[in-house]
Amino acid sequence: MRLSGWGRFPVADCNVLRPRTQSDLLAALAKTTANAPAIARGLGRSYGDSALNTHATVSMTAFAHMLSFDAQRGLLVAESGVTLADVISVFLPRGWFVSVTPGTKFVTLGGAIAADVHGKNHHKDGSFGGCVEWIDVVGRDGVIRRCSRAENADLFAWTLGGMGLTGVILRAAIRLRRVESGWLRQRSIPAPNLAAAMSAFEDNAESTYSVAWIDCLASGANLGRSIVLLGEHALADELDVARRPAPFVTPARRALITPFDAPGWALNQWTVGAFNALYWLKGSRGGRETLVDWDSYFYPLDSIHQWNRIYGKRGFAQFQCVLPLAASRTGLEELLAVISASGHGSFLAVLKRMGAQDSRFSFPMEGYTLALDFPAHPKALALMERLDAITLAHGGRFYLAKDSRLSRAIFEMSDPRVADFRAMRSEHGLDQTFTSIQSERLGL
Amino acid sequence: MGLAIAHRFAKEGFDVQLAARRPEDLERARADLEVRYNVTVTLHAFDALAFHAHEAFVASLPKLPYVAVCVVGLLGDQRTNETDLEAAVGVMRANFEGPATILGVIANAFEVRRAGTIIGVSSVAGDRGRATNYVYGSAKAGFTAFLSGLRNRLAKTGVHVMTVKPGFVATRMTEGMKLPPALTATPEAAADRIFAAYEKGANVIYTKPIWRLVMGVIGSIPEGIFKKLKI
Ligand SMILES: Cc1cc2nc3c(=O)[nH]c(=O)nc-3n(C[C@H](O)[C@H](O)[C@H](O)COP(=O)(O)OP(=O)(O)OC[C@H]3O[C@@H](n4cnc5c(N)ncnc54)[C@H](O)[C@@H]3O)c2cc1C
Ligand SMILES: NC(=O)c1ccc[n+]([C@@H]2O[C@H](COP(=O)([O-])OP(=O)(O)OC[C@H]3O[C@@H](n4cnc5c(N)ncnc54)[C@H](OP(=O)(O)O)[C@@H]3O)[C@@H](O)[C@H]2O)c1
Repeated sequence: MRLSGWGRFPVADCNVLRPRTQSDLLAALAKTTANAPAIARGLGRSYGDSALNTHATVSMTAFAHMLSFDAQRGLLVAESGVTLADVISVFLPRGWFVSVTPGTKFVTLGGAIAADVHGKNHHKDGSFGGCVEWIDVVGRDGVIRRCSRAENADLFAWTLGGMGLTGVILRAAIRLRRVESGWLRQRSIPAPNLAAAMSAFEDNAESTYSVAWIDCLASGANLGRSIVLLGEHALADELDVARRPAPFVTPARRALITPFDAPGWALNQWTVGAFNALYWLKGSRGGRETLVDWDSYFYPLDSIHQWNRIYGKRGFAQFQCVLPLAASRTGLEELLAVISASGHGSFLAVLKRMGAQDSRFSFPMEGYTLALDFPAHPKALALMERLDAITLAHGGRFYLAKDSRLSRAIFEMSDPRVADFRAMRSEHGLDQTFTSIQSERLGL
Repeated sequence: MGLAIAHRFAKEGFDVQLAARRPEDLERARADLEVRYNVTVTLHAFDALAFHAHEAFVASLPKLPYVAVCVVGLLGDQRTNETDLEAAVGVMRANFEGPATILGVIANAFEVRRAGTIIGVSSVAGDRGRATNYVYGSAKAGFTAFLSGLRNRLAKTGVHVMTVKPGFVATRMTEGMKLPPALTATPEAAADRIFAAYEKGANVIYTKPIWRLVMGVIGSIPEGIFKKLKI
């Protein structure tokens, strides 16, 4: 079956297995060989080739059962194919939200753990792994290993951010966050340039959520023109009186569908307008606080189903790097200067301050992360290679969940942890059992 | 489809009893229903073909349910059924004898209580026999007629009987088959329709409305023409 990640690039002909039960899954894994290994797949929201394997792409979507919930501790035990959307729909009405969430709710627990995803609260709460109490991981031998910080601690540490290359995550225990409402208090700070945006992050380090939309076309004195968005879960008594009796009820959002492959300019047209409108609106209102429902706040794009088609048939690639704190200012300026001069990138990029993180193979590090989309055409791909070089020169690294085109050489230079990851894989024979098109490309 | 229906009812706060041949396989489904909907879910060993045990099975339930849904069925392979009578009888029994006998026993218990709803999942395949699946279809036809008679018998007792005729539904039964998207429902969509129809007290429903039209057309073709068609 023709399969791709969210970016619809690259596309590969993959043998997709859909085990329904644990015994189906173990039987499928037992059949893997060094010549025909496998990779797990969740909802395919990684952009590139992380969840593609031509021999056996094992879809975990039938493992969508919730197994227990401890309301004292907010601890949910669930199968790895359960989605964040599911978790929120079940538990928000009871006063719980996910502790860490990426920019889409259509990801599985398995995908969130394997990519060790980060959210707008990374600077405060770290990545998804922080809310994971334990996981059950299985390999070709069919032995289900309970992994936590205390038990099989190495496998636990490597599996967070291990991109499915350490085995299949079967179940996980995750801690949810108590909330009093389904609303967020949002404050927007218009920042005329990069320095202002970075100070807004540094000055608001206490804010639970922070993220910035950055205008990639701005140049010169306006380079890095952004809107920094801060957010807090609203307490019940911060809501309008009318909403207080049902603090978790938020208006249902209308789903839009992108029904056809749009021409490449459509997205930029749309976002330019949206950004400008927002920038001037926020600027004129001087950062007043507004209440936003959780779905619009965390998942602005989820209401446009299949928005990835807006880039047209060719698909698109995302560039996401993180730069160490000390090098962030100069590194970001160089990246933005190249992007704005080229006029190729999507008009909007996302900038986010990341907190310190101590992990074996996860993406985040203390500093700033920048993410933006490019149509998958040769000129843009060449530009992305220039961005790779700038990232490397500033000691940064790349997010595998977004990557579809990085070269092995650049990847190796960017991340000294690669050698240990490989050694661990070969020691346990994992390189003979689990591979993705990405892991082959990067030699993982 | 059975589990999707269980989810739909549990979502409304119904406690659920799941009965199947291998109840241990349903343990994670049980936990899932309980965690999601805060209802009580129990598992029960049950074989629709073991009709001698039906009365004891119903008596053994922790509580006589108010709604009984039967999704038991077996598609089988038509070509095999044409020559392998063992297989053909298996299909006939799983789609007619099993479902009819258990619902008959439940109907008697509901009748005594004078309340309850019986939902039998039959199939559009029972509306007219076709070359490609008439062994399955004829058993479903028998089941459809059984439900119709049962509804008629119980009409004045406070017990309601609803016949569900799914068209294509994307389930384990149809996995790997090429189904026309416009005519195919998800199990969740089918369950939504079944629940809505249950609330309305409907008698006979198609799980996707278009199927009423499709089967109306198929049913109106004169036999002389129909017998020559490939559909
Ligand atoms: C609109 C959008 C916004 C996003 N925003 C963010 C963001 O803000 N922050 C962020 O960190 N990420 C973000 N992402 C990326 C996304 O969160 C990750 O790619 C995530 O891994 C996708 O989960 P998935 O279930 O779709 O997994 P897939 O894409 O199917 O798989 C991703 C990886 O996880 C592995 N995997 C999946 N399931 C299992 C399992 N059961 N066992 C072992 N390995 C498994 C796969 O092998 C693969 O390597 C965004 C993506 C989109 C489309
Ligand atoms: N899917 C479709 O397109 C479609 C279309 C029209 C009608 N239907 C009908 O819809 C109903 C549900 O089917 P489905 O699509 O959900 O497929 P399914 O998953 O195969 O469901 C059929 C169920 O019947 C059970 N069963 C079979 N024989 C049994 C027996 N002797 N005792 C107890 N249980 C028995 C099976 O249990 P085990 O798990 O133990 O095997 C299985 O759970 C069936 O009656 C089917 O004929 C389906």
